[in-house]
Amino acid sequence: MTRPHALLRHLPALIFVLALLATALPATANTALEQIVTNNLEQIQRPSRRTVQPLIAQIAATGPEGLAFLSAWANRNLGLTDDGQLLITSGKTTTDAITGQVVTGAEPKMLRPNSGVRGLIESALVAGEIASPDMARRAAALDSMARSSSAEHLVALRDAPPETDPALAARRARLEKLLTIRFDDDSAARIAAIQDMSGDVGLDFRAALNPLLATHRIVATSAPADQNIARELTPGRDDFSRDTAYDILKSEGVAQARLTPTAQRDTLAAHLQDGAVAGVPVAELSTTVGRDRAYEALEAAGTVSPAATDAEADDAIDAHRYFDVYNEPDSDVTDAARAAQRAAETRLMAMKGVDLGLDALSLASIYFLAAIGLAITFGVMRVINMAHGEFIMMGAYTAYVVQTMIPDRTGSLIIALPAAFIVTFLAGVLLERLVIRHLAKRPLETLLATFGVSIALQQLAKNIFGTQARPLTAPKWLEGAITINDVISISTIRVAIFALALLFLGLFLFIMKKTRLGLEVRAVTQNPGMAASMGINPDRIAMMTFGLGSGIAGIAGVAIGLFAQVTSELGQNYIVQSFMTVVVGGVGNIWGTLAGAGLIGILSKVIESFNPSNTLAAQTFMILFIVIFIQFRPRGIIPQKGRAAEV
Amino acid sequence: MARKPFILRNPSVLVVLAVLAVFTVIVTLMSQAYGTGAIPTSMVKVLGKTLCLALAAVAMDLVWGYLGILSLGQMAFFALGGYMIGQWLMYARTETIVAASMANNPIPPTPNELQQAVASQIFGVVGAADLPLLWSFAHSLTAQLVLMVAVPGLLALIFGWLAFRSRVNGVYLSILTQAMTLALALWLFQNDSGFRGNNGLSGLQNIPGLEHVAQARLSVWFLWASATVLALCYLLAAWLVSGKFGSVIRAIRDDETRVRFLGYPVEGFKLVVFTLAAMITAIAGALYYPQAGIINPAELAPIASIYLAVWVAIGGRGRLYGAMIGAIVVSLLSSWFTGGRAPDLHLPGYTVSWVDWWQVVLGLSFVLVTLFAPKGIAGIFDWLGGAVSPRRQGKDLGPGEGSLTEQEAQA
Repeated sequence: MTRPHALLRHLPALIFVLALLATALPATANTALEQIVTNNLEQIQRPSRRTVQPLIAQIAATGPEGLAFLSAWANRNLGLTDDGQLLITSGKTTTDAITGQVVTGAEPKMLRPNSGVRGLIESALVAGEIASPDMARRAAALDSMARSSSAEHLVALRDAPPETDPALAARRARLEKLLTIRFDDDSAARIAAIQDMSGDVGLDFRAALNPLLATHRIVATSAPADQNIARELTPGRDDFSRDTAYDILKSEGVAQARLTPTAQRDTLAAHLQDGAVAGVPVAELSTTVGRDRAYEALEAAGTVSPAATDAEADDAIDAHRYFDVYNEPDSDVTDAARAAQRAAETRLMAMKGVDLGLDALSLASIYFLAAIGLAITFGVMRVINMAHGEFIMMGAYTAYVVQTMIPDRTGSLIIALPAAFIVTFLAGVLLERLVIRHLAKRPLETLLATFGVSIALQQLAKNIFGTQARPLTAPKWLEGAITINDVISISTIRVAIFALALLFLGLFLFIMKKTRLGLEVRAVTQNPGMAASMGINPDRIAMMTFGLGSGIAGIAGVAIGLFAQVTSELGQNYIVQSFMTVVVGGVGNIWGTLAGAGLIGILSKVIESFNPSNTLAAQTFMILFIVIFIQFRPRGIIPQKGRAAEV
Repeated sequence: MARKPFILRNPSVLVVLAVLAVFTVIVTLMSQAYGTGAIPTSMVKVLGKTLCLALAAVAMDLVWGYLGILSLGQMAFFALGGYMIGQWLMYARTETIVAASMANNPIPPTPNELQQAVASQIFGVVGAADLPLLWSFAHSLTAQLVLMVAVPGLLALIFGWLAFRSRVNGVYLSILTQAMTLALALWLFQNDSGFRGNNGLSGLQNIPGLEHVAQARLSVWFLWASATVLALCYLLAAWLVSGKFGSVIRAIRDDETRVRFLGYPVEGFKLVVFTLAAMITAIAGALYYPQAGIINPAELAPIASIYLAVWVAIGGRGRLYGAMIGAIVVSLLSSWFTGGRAPDLHLPGYTVSWVDWWQVVLGLSFVLVTLFAPKGIAGIFDWLGGAVSPRRQGKDLGPGEGSLTEQEAQA
């Protein structure tokens, strides 16, 4: 088979010139194409895979019309009329294949080239595309080859002119290696390509390796010499049970079926006569012993063929050897592929670890945001606010309302954050003044009273906004994900939440350490009586603290609403985790909350990664872990010290 | 000095038992099976279930009102009791049905085949065919009755021992009990945990061996059983809290450290009450779910346990009849309002539909009760009896918890 090197090498220039011609003279037919087609009409009608190659190359070289012609031919859209006119049909319109003019009333006989010819045409088409002066078309050609590739593509890729764009060149080199691994006949080239790409974690590379390493299971009495053996299996070990081994023997026809209880019962039922089977009355067949007796009687009478006993089955299993055999015959190639796969797996594990870390970090920052307000109020006032989750929900609904009023996504988000803070701050202050202040020193009752507020608020939200989820759309620049490779990626919104969590950590530290309010809050936390004696108004501090904690919950609500649906149950889903974060971390210390959120975030993700399909189990283990953790550190990771801890 | 008999020292017990007896007799006489039929069977079931809830509330009051532990995990024990009895109810009933259908087979089934068929019948919905290990005793009523008390009791014992030993108390303990409930619920939600995932156990209203008895009759029997068990447990609880034991646990509630320094094994007392309450709750659950007919993991939602606390608080914690009253009044009111039977309230410009607004009213009234009537509904009896505690609503005169308030100092 000759390859039209020269033609293809000059193809870009040729196409360029022809394209110029085509644009300059739109109405003029492509004469080169017309000539080639007229001269080879016979071969176009009945192409042969062995001889059609030069013709295809000639047609491809005639420019865009030639490529359109080829594509119609390959797609079986090319037809021939009785008077020798070639027509292209696409949908309902029919055009002349050479002039491109619309033809009506013709009834062409469609040409049906066989798959071999179509493969040749398609690779010629891709080759034409890959050499196209238009970068977008070259990129599209690479994409299409990556999606569905064939051996012809490899040839086309190798013959194509060098790529000028560095990014595309890298992609093309990678694709060529992948195609070499899959289609090249030369083992050495394949091994070289595999070793070259070893350690790559791309999905495409792993997909290219998989067919090389595919195995099938064979059974033999001795090791087969002419096969590329992956491994020998020992029945009863390594996920290869003796039953599986026997099943293989059965399917190979080497052994006969063992007697299953169902088969035994059916056989007995088939030989039921006058309320007895072989002399054993039916009533006695309700036990295994009775059934065995009846079956043996049938065997003795010769009515049924004896079934394989367990001992026979064991003998048959032990008499054979079992192998996993590669479909790929060349052992050098499979060895290289296996080594490459192992390297890829190692790197993949590391990358999955990194990805898991990112996930855990983002989860931790969500928990941190949700719990920080709870930690403040609990730390300062010893009050568990069960309505905290509803403040989160309130923040999310505030953002939703703002979004309905301001259509610009970025603008609405910028307004929503302070709006949510103000709304929940006021709600928090209100709750503190009306309820919590009057229940001072009665923490359990505060817990219940705030729970009353929580169910009232939840139902109120349901009454106002309905039960269906309200969407909170993130601005464009927060959509999408930051993708580092096939494994590591993190959605932008989670990065933003992480940043938000960091911001609030900083803000909180600033307020606590650098402002008058923070000083007073710390004083009240450590000793309310003494703080009151020093002229600090503990009531005002409690109110401000509660407002601040609730306000941060509102902001957390906006953040959570951006990636979760806003429903009246939004807060409820986070409240237990928030409690856990506070309890695990230890109260009265922002670093404790941070540690608690980090621990819970990482742990949830790690447990989840063991069994990704079962998140329920992950949560169960998570909570169990926390319950046990509390045994050893009852006051959290960073316990509160000093007199305040004694209360 | 001769002590007066237990009943005379606690006349309220007698009143409660009498009211309970009268209530049961009246409902029986108005039921469809044994009387006029004024109360439909579904209502008899609701009343029977309410008695079970009252029993759970009594146990909750033991733990919270007397011992001072706000356990937000009581419904876990309640549901566990239901699951344990549900296992037998479901297994035995399926077994009779399967055995009847297999009797038509030419060859009679072996016990193994029968069990296999029952298992695939029960667990087909979660894609399993084998009987899980946890169902090993499901065929035996006796075993499941023992498990019904033993499993929740053991869980409470282990959990309580771990928690009390490391001195977890107050709000921490409440959150921890809530976490325990959530963990149990999440575990039950899984299909492969062996309890049919979120399908739960169903068809529990059909009692194996009593297929010929009509539901109208069964519901009254269950009402009797619930009332009897409630009366017995109430007596037990009242006896427990009336003596020295009761004094100690109340002392633990009020100042745990002081009781410990006085030489009492605080952890032991807590453990006994917590475990006993768990067992009583489990019995209540075991009586409740055959009347409800179905149990699923949603019953263990943390919110259910909080509602139990709400009932006790509204009824008046720290006295057993308060808890009962709270559970009965609030749960009946809740089912009346949320059942859509309450007439809508027409305000100018807005119609209040109680299905939507009942939760809001409940939540707010709960806040109001906590704020203004910490004794709950039972406080009314104090008021009627003229026993009113001093008002402590002035400003604190000092930072300590025991310090007088302004008004007290002036008095």
